[in-house]
This record gives sequence, structure tokens and C-alpha cells, in this order.
Amino acid sequence: MKQTSRIQSSLLSCTIVVLVLMVWTAFTTQSGGGVASGADPAYAALMNEDAGGAGIPSPLDVGRALVQQLSDPFYDAGPNDKGIGLQLAYSLARVLLGFALAMIVGVPLGFVIGMSPLLSGALNPIIQILKPVSPLAWMPLALYTIKDSGQSAIFVIFICSIWPMLVNTTFGVANVRSEWLNVGRTLEVPPLKRALTIILPAAAPTIVTGMRISIGIAWLVIVAAEMLVGGTGIGYFIWNEWNNLSIVNIIVAILVIGVIGMILDQMLAGISRLITFQE
Amino acid sequence: MNTILKLMPKGACTETADIADRKSGRKMISIEGLAKCYPKRGGAPVTIFEDIWLFIERGEFVCILGHSGCGKTTVLNILAGLSEASEGTVIADDSEISGPSLDRAVIFQGHALLPWMTVLGNVAYAVSARNPRWSRAKVREHAASFIAKVGLSYALDKRPSELSGGMKQRVGIARALSIEPKMLLMDEPFSALDALTRGTLQDEVRKICVETEQTVLMITHDVDEAIYLADRIVLMTNGPNARVAEIVRNTMPRERARNELHHLPGYYDIRNHLMDFLVSRSGSFDVEAATQAGWSAKRPPVVEIGSGV
Repeated sequence: MKQTSRIQSSLLSCTIVVLVLMVWTAFTTQSGGGVASGADPAYAALMNEDAGGAGIPSPLDVGRALVQQLSDPFYDAGPNDKGIGLQLAYSLARVLLGFALAMIVGVPLGFVIGMSPLLSGALNPIIQILKPVSPLAWMPLALYTIKDSGQSAIFVIFICSIWPMLVNTTFGVANVRSEWLNVGRTLEVPPLKRALTIILPAAAPTIVTGMRISIGIAWLVIVAAEMLVGGTGIGYFIWNEWNNLSIVNIIVAILVIGVIGMILDQMLAGISRLITFQE
Repeated sequence: MNTILKLMPKGACTETADIADRKSGRKMISIEGLAKCYPKRGGAPVTIFEDIWLFIERGEFVCILGHSGCGKTTVLNILAGLSEASEGTVIADDSEISGPSLDRAVIFQGHALLPWMTVLGNVAYAVSARNPRWSRAKVREHAASFIAKVGLSYALDKRPSELSGGMKQRVGIARALSIEPKMLLMDEPFSALDALTRGTLQDEVRKICVETEQTVLMITHDVDEAIYLADRIVLMTNGPNARVAEIVRNTMPRERARNELHHLPGYYDIRNHLMDFLVSRSGSFDVEAATQAGWSAKRPPVVEIGSGV
């Protein structure tokens, strides 16, 4: 039964994709007769006069561009002409670096806050104020103080991915079942060992959920951050293609960003399955 | 026949004191004037229990019987070092209890196994806490031998979620025994189990405790369990302000079998006495009236019920 429903849902999913592609194709190829306006074709294209004709690319165009981009993803022909793979690599490096820094700071800090009601009470209001701030609001401050656009982008990733990890670690550590803690206490396990052998495994699923939220947000924010700072990265790639008016490359970039985001999420979902325990 | 032979509040007091003094060398635990208060919002603090005096001899199996809310779990937690008394002290082996100790192992009501560890892992965790210098292989071997004692050798690598309630509690028992404590503290260890499993586990616990001459304090509200397992049954009145009303010395023979116990003469006298206490006297116990009749918190009357012994 479960098997059939899985086959059914993937069939339905394929059908939906095919339908959308068909509608998209029909919409973008039907009115090809817009040449009659007599204007300069380049100007007409720029103003998007022949609705749907040259303005929005058809799925076929996107497919062609995708193949072309992915066949040579790592070429480097100067600052404004780099392969999509290279740009993705820049973005991924920033995200992973910022995320790792946030993890190094956020998880231990969350651990300490979770174990100390005093610290929890003291720091919680501060965290609650800083958490809802858009990470991009930090960007000018980062640019002004760090004076390096690449490092500023990493800082923005750091600041946006630290909150879910911090909050989840705090929550996970503070809510370890008291009977498990009592087991450690009655066995006279020293506090540090107790933290590592009881609290950490007990809170690990919650901590990894926080990491999963963090990496998702980081991957969202990196595009916007790179649009702002420019230079390299998939965000800058999109902005550059917008300046080139290459809608087809923007759609390619959107697809690739989606796929990479899904892979990042699935990697953490895999870790989460490894450390989740059944009670 | 089958009547209460000795219910002697006044005489019993001196007897208890005598035993306590004479056998002080065998005294394992001495609870002296224990009380626990909880602050209550917008009012005077609530005293759960007060003026609890009790001693436990080495090798003795003592049950505390009472309704929920009389603070029996709190008494046990104080003995375990997990909770602090508001007043009074507990002396274990001539020194005051100031925190948890490996000398007093706890079997928790809800097994409290660590779900991310296997059966072997859970017991080995306790063994290596007890013997930090042991090699991995030695810890493993020691843990496995105690798991074998509770008959779970075939489930060494299973996780707690794969075990039934009775098996989980068995692992909890193996874990407590594996640190070879001077004393076992059990907090209603079988209350979450079905009757059949409960019976089997009671048998096993009794066997192990008799064999190893383990000193045990067990909390229960099950009268039959208390009669089967205990040497002495401590009756606590209802909280708040719970007290030890009396101590029933179990006159059932030391060699007992669970399925024959209730056929023995005198069994139902003890059972009725305990039931009567739980049903009516635990609620209506009046400290002042009892004191006038000779009751004393320091030396609660020892009651023996039985057929003409």
C-alpha cells in the first residue's frame, strides 16, 4: 500500500511538471508574430513588446542554457564572466564558513545558556531582540567595520545562522529529561562527563534541527548578500545576468540554487536520522 | 487465632529503641527527624512530611507503604541524594548524606534508561562510572554478567525502545546491581508493569536480594508486593504533614514463594491490617490523639500480626 502511494505520488508529481512545462511552452511560443510593429528588433526585445516571444524564454531555451552552463561550469573568463559552478563554489564556501563559525560559537554558547537558568534569563531578552533582525541589516555595519566585502558576506551568513542553532541548543539542553540527569547524578558522573555523555546525546536531535534551519536560512541569505556585495558568487551571477538581460540564465541559476539547497538540507536530515533516538 | 497478637504502642517504643541501640553496628541507614517543605505561592509553605524517624539494618528489606502525596518518593530521593531535606538528617554508614553516591543505587519508577544506548551500553555506563580505571573489555564482561542475572543476555545490543516494559525495568535492575551498591533504593519499580510481569520481576528481585543480602528500601502502594518482599513495612499517613504511623514487622517465613504466600496462615491478617490502614487509618491519623495514646514520632510502634507465633 505504501509502495503504491509512493509510485502514485511520483507519477502525479511528474504530470504536474509536464503540465506546467506545456503551459509555459504554449505561453512563450504562441505569439511569434510581433515583428509587425516595425521597431528595431533589439529595441522591441528590450521593451518586451512582442509579449512572451523573446522576453520570457521557453522551457526549451532554459534546457539548452542549462546544458550549456553545466557542460562547462568552471570556466573563468574575467571578473564578470565565470562559470556557474565556480560561482556556486564561491557561495557554498561562504555559506559553509559562516555556518561553521556560527556553529562553533552558537552550540557551546547555547549549551551554557541551557544549563544555567541565570544566563538564560539574562541573555534571552538580548537574543529575542537580535533574532528577528534581517541579516542584511548588518551588512552596512559589517562593510564599515570589516572593510572587506567577501568577509562581510561571511559575517552576514554567520549572524543569520547563529540564532536557530543558539535557540535550539538552549532549548534542547534545558529540556533534557530530569530522570536521565538523575541517572548521571546517582552514578556520580562528573559534571563535564555528564554534559558530554548524557546532555549532549539527549539534546542532539534538537541541536541538529537548529542546524538544519540555519543552513536553510544561510542558503537563502547568501543570494541576497552576494547581490549586494558583488564580485563573485551565485547571487552576483544572477545580478550580473539581470544586467545582461539574460532571463534564461537567471532561471538556470534559480533551478541550480534550489537543487543545492535541497542537497544541503538532505545532508543535515541524514545526520539528524543518525543521531535521533526512539524513546 | 488469627488475631492481632501484639499491638502495643507503649511497649513497642522501647523495643524499637533497644534494637536500634543494640544493633547499631548493623545499622545501614538512620533517618533522623526528616521533614520536607515546599514553598506555596501566597501562603505558608506546605509541609509534605515531618518528623520521620527510621532506621534500616544491613541486609534488611524495608517497604514504605502509603498513598500518593504522602511524600514517600521524596523520602527516597533524599536518601538517594537527589533532593534535599528541609529538616533532619540521614546518616548512611556513620556519615551524613550530602549528595548522590554510588553506594546507594536507585531503581527508578520509569526505568530511566538512556534511549540512545544499547542494553549493554546502559549497564556498562554505570559499571564504568563505578570503576573508571577498568578496561573496556572488563567493563563489558562485568556488565554482561549482570545482564545475564536478569535473563536478558539475548538482548545485549537492543535499544530500550525495542524492549517491553518489563525488560526495560530488568535492565534498570541490572544497572543498579552492576555497581554493587551497599544499598538499593527502589521507587515503585513495578507499578507501570502488568500483573504477570510484575510477579516475575518481584520473584527475581527477591531472589537476588536474598542471595546477595542486599539492603533495600522500596516505595510501594501495593500491599501484596510489600508483604511478599519486605521484612518490615513502614506505614505512612496521608500528606500533607505525613508521619510514620507504625511499622509492621512481617511475620511471614523468610523462605516464601509468591504463589503459596497467600495460603499461609496469618497472611490475610497482615493484608487486612495494611488495607485497613490505607483505607481508613492513614487519613484519620491524629498526631495529638496518638501521642496521648503513647505514639512517638521517634519510636513509632512496631506491630506484629500473625497466627500464634
